[in-house]
Amino acid sequence: MTDILNAIVVLLNYIIIPGLSYGSQLALGALGISFIYAILRFANFSHGEFMSFGAMITILFTWFFQSYGINLGLLPTALLAIPFAIIATILLSLATNRIVFRYYRVKKSAPVVIAMASIGVMFVINAIVRIIIGPNDTKFFDGQKFIIKAKQFKVMTGLNEGLAIKSTQAITILVTIILLSFTFWFLQKTKTGKSMRAFSDNEDLALLSGINPERVVFITWMIVGTLACVAGALYGLDKSYKPFTYLGLVLPIFAAAIVGGIGSPVGAVAGGFVIAFSEIMVTYAYKKFLIYLLPTNLEPSGLVQLLSTDYKFAVSFSILVIVLLVRPAGIFKGKIL
Amino acid sequence: MINLVANNITAGYGSVDIIKDINLYVNEGEIVVIVGPNGAGKSTAMKSMLGLLNLSRGLVKFTDKDITKLLPQDRVKLGIAFVPQNQNVFTGMTVEENLEMGAFLRDDNIYDTIDQIYQLFPILKEKRNQNTGELSGGQRQQVAFGRALMTMPKILMLDEPTAGVSPIVMDELFSRIIEVGKTGVGILMVEQNAKQALSIADRGYVLVNGKNSREGTGQELLNNPDVRKSFLGG
Repeated sequence: MTDILNAIVVLLNYIIIPGLSYGSQLALGALGISFIYAILRFANFSHGEFMSFGAMITILFTWFFQSYGINLGLLPTALLAIPFAIIATILLSLATNRIVFRYYRVKKSAPVVIAMASIGVMFVINAIVRIIIGPNDTKFFDGQKFIIKAKQFKVMTGLNEGLAIKSTQAITILVTIILLSFTFWFLQKTKTGKSMRAFSDNEDLALLSGINPERVVFITWMIVGTLACVAGALYGLDKSYKPFTYLGLVLPIFAAAIVGGIGSPVGAVAGGFVIAFSEIMVTYAYKKFLIYLLPTNLEPSGLVQLLSTDYKFAVSFSILVIVLLVRPAGIFKGKIL
Repeated sequence: MINLVANNITAGYGSVDIIKDINLYVNEGEIVVIVGPNGAGKSTAMKSMLGLLNLSRGLVKFTDKDITKLLPQDRVKLGIAFVPQNQNVFTGMTVEENLEMGAFLRDDNIYDTIDQIYQLFPILKEKRNQNTGELSGGQRQQVAFGRALMTMPKILMLDEPTAGVSPIVMDELFSRIIEVGKTGVGILMVEQNAKQALSIADRGYVLVNGKNSREGTGQELLNNPDVRKSFLGG
């Protein structure tokens, strides 16, 4: 019996809790991609850099607060910095819209042209970020690191395996739940949210109903800036912040959006968790878990790891390809909000 | 008297003019039908009056006000509603949400109007929380109709409202159109089912090759031997 409990704790510790927090970060990122795709009809490759920019501003404000001795006690100071970073990221997204994307929208350029432009935006923002904060790893977490420490858990339960929950993981999951609930409430219940769904559903008819496209686009970029900033800051807080990581993060985020059905908010969230759990489950070494469950003579000699963690991104890529082959529209049929 | 007038309008796609010097008007409370053979420019004439196409010549007036340069959405604000032939509902939204979107520009209480529309189309009340994409063609047409009526238009333009629906549904839609006309809304519609449409119309226009060919009351056009021979099927 204790063996089974130990096995469950191992699963929780190494798969479920990390999966939930990484999945939340991907879900928020993919939701931003989906918003742009549903309203503006292009794949925004610069989204990862919006996240990076948001995380960077969060760090700058965190340092600023810390230099004045302001902190949140047990909670990370970054939580205080995120609202300011959201405003900065919204300004950045509105500025890129004004300078780059609006031009192509007014010209009614093909979606692939705008997607290419977004790659340009991606490199520019990435460069700006590196000029400001440098290319190195930055840790900006402070406050209490663990909610439950492995040792405490062992003493509390008397099990061999300890369960550790990092406060960043708990914060990530909690903030994601709040932000997602708010976004879905906004889309389903408010007049502005409904008008955005209408616009994404049938642009011509939305115009005939008097919905102002400029306003819809403006609000879309505001929401996307917010989502990107929070996703980026939470990712940086949970792991560590390094500008190049965010270039790589675009892949699992796009995979999440497409797997869920690009353009569908529910799909983006589902896709985020599908990708996160697949990456973790495929690259986890199950040796410890199996030792608890199998009789002694069947104990595995190897690590029982399907793929090395270096192949993490290969997993999202494979899932992406499989979904595109089997169900091209994604789990939830995409295209509209 | 509120009316929508097209004065010698010429328009088309690119450099090709599809309609040439067309004149037509619709007064409040009147049902006016545009009929004619395929490719006569019926829908083009109507879309030009809404501003979906730029005119190369001519004027569009709404109750003595020149609206030729106005954007379609600004004409909607004045009280001109339009139901396109295709893609005329938000398929991903519920019936009620479609109606709410129709009333997007209104700040007053829209639920009275929604109730009126449910009285006019009882089936919509039953399906109010269903996705419009799941409805039948005739029901969707009613949603499209309802969405346009939510703007409380003075002039309602319908582009082939009965295209692709069964004869029974067509009769029902026509009787609803008559009811809407009785409330004082001016209705301008393009119809393929010319015989039925002319029989409920106050007035009608026949367009041929992008030009005004004939006009008169619905009965006059129905009884005209030329009109009968050319496209009412004898």
